[in-house]
Amino acid sequence: MAVALSPSVKPSIPAPAIVGELSAHCAGGVQTLQATCDGIPTLWSDAAHFRELLRYAKHEATPRFRMLLDLTAIDERLRAHRDGQPAADFTVVYHLMSLEGNADLRVKVALQGEKPSIPTITDLWCNANWYEREVWDLFGIEFTGHPDLRRILLPPTWVGHPLRKDHPARRTEMGHYALTPEKELAELEAMRFHPEQWGMKRTEGTTDYLFLNLGPNHPSVHGVFRVILQLEGEEIVDAVPDIGFHHRAAEKMGERQTWHTYIPYTDRIDYLGGVMNNFPYVMTVERMAGIEVPQRAQVIRIMLSELFRIASHLVFYGTMTQDLGQLSPVFYMFTDRERVFEIIEAICGFRMHPAWFRIGGVAADLPQGWDRMVREFLDYMPKRLAEYDKLVMKNRVFKARTKGIGAYTLDDALEWGVTGPGLRACGFDWDYRKRRPYGGFENFEFDVPTGSSGDCYDRVAMRVEEMRQSLRIIRQCLEHMPAGDYKARHPLTTPPIKDRTMRDIETLITHFLNVSWGPAIPPGEACLAIEATKGINSYYLVSDGETMSYRTRIRTPSFPHLQMIPAISRGALVADLIAIIGSIDFVMADVDR
Amino acid sequence: MNTLGIGLLNVFGILAALLLLAAVLTWVERRLLGFWQDRYGPNRVGFAGTLQIAADMIKILFKQDWVPPFAQRRIFVLAPAIVMVAVFFAFGVVPVTPNIGIGSDLNIGLLFVLAMSALSVYSVILAGWASNSKYSLLGGMRAAAQMLSYEVFMGLSLVGVITLAGSFNLSEIVAAQRDLWYVVPQFLGFVIFFIAGIAETHRLPFDLPEGENELGAGFHTEYSGMKFGMFFVGEYAGIVLISALITTLFLGGWYGPWLPPLAWFLLKTLAFVALFILLRAALPRLRYDQLMAYGWKVMLPLALVNLLVTGAIVVTRSA
Repeated sequence: MAVALSPSVKPSIPAPAIVGELSAHCAGGVQTLQATCDGIPTLWSDAAHFRELLRYAKHEATPRFRMLLDLTAIDERLRAHRDGQPAADFTVVYHLMSLEGNADLRVKVALQGEKPSIPTITDLWCNANWYEREVWDLFGIEFTGHPDLRRILLPPTWVGHPLRKDHPARRTEMGHYALTPEKELAELEAMRFHPEQWGMKRTEGTTDYLFLNLGPNHPSVHGVFRVILQLEGEEIVDAVPDIGFHHRAAEKMGERQTWHTYIPYTDRIDYLGGVMNNFPYVMTVERMAGIEVPQRAQVIRIMLSELFRIASHLVFYGTMTQDLGQLSPVFYMFTDRERVFEIIEAICGFRMHPAWFRIGGVAADLPQGWDRMVREFLDYMPKRLAEYDKLVMKNRVFKARTKGIGAYTLDDALEWGVTGPGLRACGFDWDYRKRRPYGGFENFEFDVPTGSSGDCYDRVAMRVEEMRQSLRIIRQCLEHMPAGDYKARHPLTTPPIKDRTMRDIETLITHFLNVSWGPAIPPGEACLAIEATKGINSYYLVSDGETMSYRTRIRTPSFPHLQMIPAISRGALVADLIAIIGSIDFVMADVDR
Repeated sequence: MNTLGIGLLNVFGILAALLLLAAVLTWVERRLLGFWQDRYGPNRVGFAGTLQIAADMIKILFKQDWVPPFAQRRIFVLAPAIVMVAVFFAFGVVPVTPNIGIGSDLNIGLLFVLAMSALSVYSVILAGWASNSKYSLLGGMRAAAQMLSYEVFMGLSLVGVITLAGSFNLSEIVAAQRDLWYVVPQFLGFVIFFIAGIAETHRLPFDLPEGENELGAGFHTEYSGMKFGMFFVGEYAGIVLISALITTLFLGGWYGPWLPPLAWFLLKTLAFVALFILLRAALPRLRYDQLMAYGWKVMLPLALVNLLVTGAIVVTRSA
């Protein structure tokens, strides 16, 4: 590790090249270029041309943008600062990514009117299906040609599209609610299961299919997740995931919480990832505010994130073995996780959701004796991991249940937007921390494990090895913890370091403003991502110069991963599906937000 | 009169002992699992949690006796009784010691045990079917396939023992092991019977009919209260039965130095019960088709080989 820590470098993005290439190939497709804080080439297109633009970017451009990382929308109707952007009531945002070329591309399409509509891109990317359904559900933007445009996060009986600016954010703004008998009947009727609605047949030839409703309450679906199975015997003919039971309007909350008070909400997105969730959020806000985070804060952040990565992977490891019927490992692993939480509690005062990162740094400095606790853990954990290798990874029954099960190729993974360990299990060593070092990761030595077969076994193996690498990173944090401030001395740091407040009127004023109203982040847009426990987690924030975000978009890795379940479980047995679900490693809050 | 008294004492003594053992096992299993899993298990009620059994009994007996409206009522109620009755019947012919045992001199003792344990399959299948729930049905289907196929080589694995002992009478089989336990000449048969026994009692790694992580609770998903309790008691009594049979057939039953016969029988049996629990703590579950393939492609041929070799040796010796 380099002793001198340098501030995080902006990722190098071949912006002009790709924009030039796209303008040359799609006449009239690229209309305006927009400058954003994150430096991602952002271009505006229109409903007539954008499909050709996206198709070209996916199949022919250099580099090829093969992954649809995110698809979302913005309600522009109340936005004040739109300098130079085409007029729009709604904007649909396509975020493409080229993993091979390590580049991003953002394409925006302006839509007008109360009932906007835009052609679908489900024929271009498989994973556009759920994203477009989500945009339809939350914004009421219609995607013409979409095969199955139903609500996805909200119940079918919901009225309105909540992420529109005119939809109330609080229950108290919505008027009196009464569950009349008619409403109750309608709700019950909406719950009735019709296989045809889910694209399934009741019979075929002489076969009568069995429909099994797995979840939302089931021991192995890791939360409130429902999969409807069409079975022949125990063989899965088709599986249709149903999500939304854990939807908590996290993105809508972003529009009514201040930049600072939104931090605890992020903790609860991937609720096993703890402060890891704060990371992309505060990084994005800092990028828009122009804050450079001091080195000590950077290293504290990395250390806590990696501790949480271990904690999250331990839960995954234990529950995965539990799903396959092995009863004991989960207890050992939760005991180890408790050790991680002891450290986190000593540093943050909380265990699962510390909300410890702040805009500009972390909440407080490390306590005395933190190094002893971390060192003890670093000495303790490798032995345990070696033991688990014998207990789980080398267990022949475990291998029989996971090898060759739920496998997908690298091409499938890119098509479906798979990131994180699930991508690396296919043999592609793409790790955000390595490819685009953020928050100081460029100063750390660690390896990125890769698999070869992309099956359940490899997905588990990736995470086991990642825990070892995280231990390496934490040891480097321990041995090279820099001295200095734990928070930036910047007017928008919230809450600001207080040592000068009583002596200096300027700091007193910013302190007063930041803790009473909250900081006002300059207008702009940015989307920064991290390698979260489960894959790429990004926050796309739009600031309108206010004390709260104009639009908060959370791209979570679990959402596209779940969408892939049908594709990899057809033809498998019910027991395999449980292994597949376990190996994906998701939490429903990360899917439904 | 005296013989009748001893007979009754035997009948009720064994019945009571088995019931008690099954009940105690519910506590023992949880404590042992806790011990192996770095946690306590039930340790609050009574000394080291032993009164947990009583607490559980009271709870389970006072629960509402509920039958789901969609279930086939009569069969639903009957199913849990079958497993208990079948296991208790089977125990009737197991010789605990030369003096303790109900029908241990039955000349078809071994066949009777196998017949009774085969009957207990009905309990699981009927429970799964009568529950009229899809998870239960899948559990019942799995149970039917699993138990029928493991039944086949369970019987075959014992033919070696029968050939060596020249009898189906369990007491005589034990007596024939006075000098050498059959676990030595019949090691393969012993292993096969043990594995079949795990499948027969549907314990991990062969607990597919329950398959908690896949099927909720499989065939007994819809059961609660004492009807559920009967499945539980039946399962534990089944474990004791298989362990007792292994002791009787392969480990020389009550034979052993220094200690009284009863102590030896109990020691050997309980050691196997503990092994059953250890297996549950250690192993993941196999998949349904893997289990079937393992049974038909590995265990059955092995059982046949064992039978052929044993037969050949016995014939050569007698010739």
